[in-house]
Amino acid sequence: MRFGKIAVIHLSAMLAVVGRHRHRGGPFGIIVLVIVVAVLAVLLVQRRRERSGIAESAPGAALAHVKLAMSDTNTGDFDTAGGRLAWAPMPMPPGRYGLSGLLRSEWTKLRSVRSTGWTLAITVVLGIGVSVIVTAETRAHWSTTDHQGFDPISTSLIGVFIGQFAVGVLGVLVMSSEYGTGTIRSTLAAAPRRPLVLSAKVLVFGAVALVVGEVVAFVAFFVGQALLSAPAVHASLSTPGAWRAVVGSGLYIAVLGLFSLGLATVIRHTAGAISAFVGILLVLPLVVAALPSSLQSDVRRFLPDRIGSELINGNGFGFPGAFSPWIGFLIMCGYTAALLVAGGVLMVRRDA
Amino acid sequence: MIECQGLTKRYGEKIAVDQLSFVVRPGVVTGFLGPNGSGKSTTMRMIVGLDAPSAGDVKVNGRRYHDLAWPLREIGALLEAKAIHPGRSARSHLRMLCETNAIPLRRIDEVLDLVGLTAIANQRAGKFSLGMGQRLGIAAALLGDPAVLLLDEPVNGLDPDGIRWARNLMRGLAREGRTVFVSSHLMSEMALTADEVVIIGKGRLIAQLPVADLLAQSSQRYVRVRSPQIEQLKDVLEEHGASVAQEDDGALSVRAMDEVAIGDLAASSSITLHELSPQSASLEEAFMELTEDSIEYRGATASGTATPQSSTLAAESL
Repeated sequence: MRFGKIAVIHLSAMLAVVGRHRHRGGPFGIIVLVIVVAVLAVLLVQRRRERSGIAESAPGAALAHVKLAMSDTNTGDFDTAGGRLAWAPMPMPPGRYGLSGLLRSEWTKLRSVRSTGWTLAITVVLGIGVSVIVTAETRAHWSTTDHQGFDPISTSLIGVFIGQFAVGVLGVLVMSSEYGTGTIRSTLAAAPRRPLVLSAKVLVFGAVALVVGEVVAFVAFFVGQALLSAPAVHASLSTPGAWRAVVGSGLYIAVLGLFSLGLATVIRHTAGAISAFVGILLVLPLVVAALPSSLQSDVRRFLPDRIGSELINGNGFGFPGAFSPWIGFLIMCGYTAALLVAGGVLMVRRDA
Repeated sequence: MIECQGLTKRYGEKIAVDQLSFVVRPGVVTGFLGPNGSGKSTTMRMIVGLDAPSAGDVKVNGRRYHDLAWPLREIGALLEAKAIHPGRSARSHLRMLCETNAIPLRRIDEVLDLVGLTAIANQRAGKFSLGMGQRLGIAAALLGDPAVLLLDEPVNGLDPDGIRWARNLMRGLAREGRTVFVSSHLMSEMALTADEVVIIGKGRLIAQLPVADLLAQSSQRYVRVRSPQIEQLKDVLEEHGASVAQEDDGALSVRAMDEVAIGDLAASSSITLHELSPQSASLEEAFMELTEDSIEYRGATASGTATPQSSTLAAESL
């Protein structure tokens, strides 16, 4: 069963996260555990829904009054003279279907399913909540811990690393749910220029992910800094690196969302694309950690999670050999663009 | 108008659709018949540009699908039931389709009313039965008020009322001058709905002909007769042009003469009949006979040998 595989990957990924952040103390591990369980639960619900959509579902209580409605209007012969669809063809508008219609359509699609609201809510709640908990925890233990190299900016933005998973899942679903449910055939029959369809998805979902990402970043930052009362060190937007870190965190979330949308365009299956996404973010760093140390920093600096760490870090250059934040971000954009272009090419070449 | 010209689809070594050429005309319901796996759905997906043909081409209203300015306003397709996100309402599903082709949103209520889903328009489609999913699919196909309709097994999952409704709808749409192309693997359903049929087997065209001619071609229809004066009856029937064969249990199977004529003849000759039963469950068999041997019947067309039996036959099949 495919879902089992995702679960295993998630569990191993979870252990990795817990392991990596152990130095931050006990509560963090528990938080991560809760979050991963939450993400798994969302996936499970989504999977059920996709299944129930394909399998014949039992008609519920709603069916009774539907039957009534149907017998009112539909048992009689189709009446052309009555003119409910007596044919005077609708006038064709000038021009051709295009991006503006597709953008509207994608916006309707995005807000007409519940998983969008859920995943975005999880992004916001976890992104801000985890930041707040970690910051508050840091402040509470301020007198007993060592503060060398303490960065109030990245501490308040740490929730971005949790929020990214929910956005990534949504990015996958935006594309893979169309394939999973067969909606893609309606979509592509309505708009056969496939790169245009993909562009509309990228623009609409990218904009939504960016707004949500920036909201998470700014709120987490301001709440976090407010919590870091004296004697703890706190930052403001005018602190060097702060503006870049906060704006960059939102951008990172948005680009990562599009990265996962690109993965789903190539892979076309929800489970496969989410596994790939989680694998790249969490498992790949473990694999790289197993490389000889001389190679490690050369390879690690190309990984999305490392690029993200640099972006949210107020001091910049947190790890030896890492790319500077904006260079890293451009590399991340490059990965995403490459995936989306590959996905677009495959979309055109493959049968829907 | 749909025109296929040498349409071919290969999946590796396997040929799903093999040099299919036919024209679907406006104003009539054209049935698309073939056993499961004969390439009907693949052909329909190629018509709406979802699958790319390996060779040949297909045109809708004289143009390639990808060149249509407003695809949903020219051709509406129902390709599979319940191809809807289960978390999305019927209304939202139709709305997102409207928006792609600049179709006025008031069409949503019009088509929902037409298919009888108004009451549950705002419910999540995951709760829909297969029949309701079909109705929503038909609504989506009609959304752009297109001149061409492409319906893949539209009556699957509909109850008898729904089947009758769908049949009347399709006939009504054709009467309005639209092109209606409907696939089915049920010969009997097509006999009632379609004016013309395109029959394929193993991806190849077997025949395209009016339904009446197909029914007439069916060699399977006969009347079973038992009588104590069997030899006498046989002579009388053969004298009047029937072809008669004796079955193992002593009964006669009579072809080329219907039960009314047989009964009248027997009465006028004072022959007692113990059984006089038309054997009519032969449509599916005739269809299978046709599709089993695709080479022999390939390209066969109507020869105009309609007999009075055909209409009786069609009525009996449901």
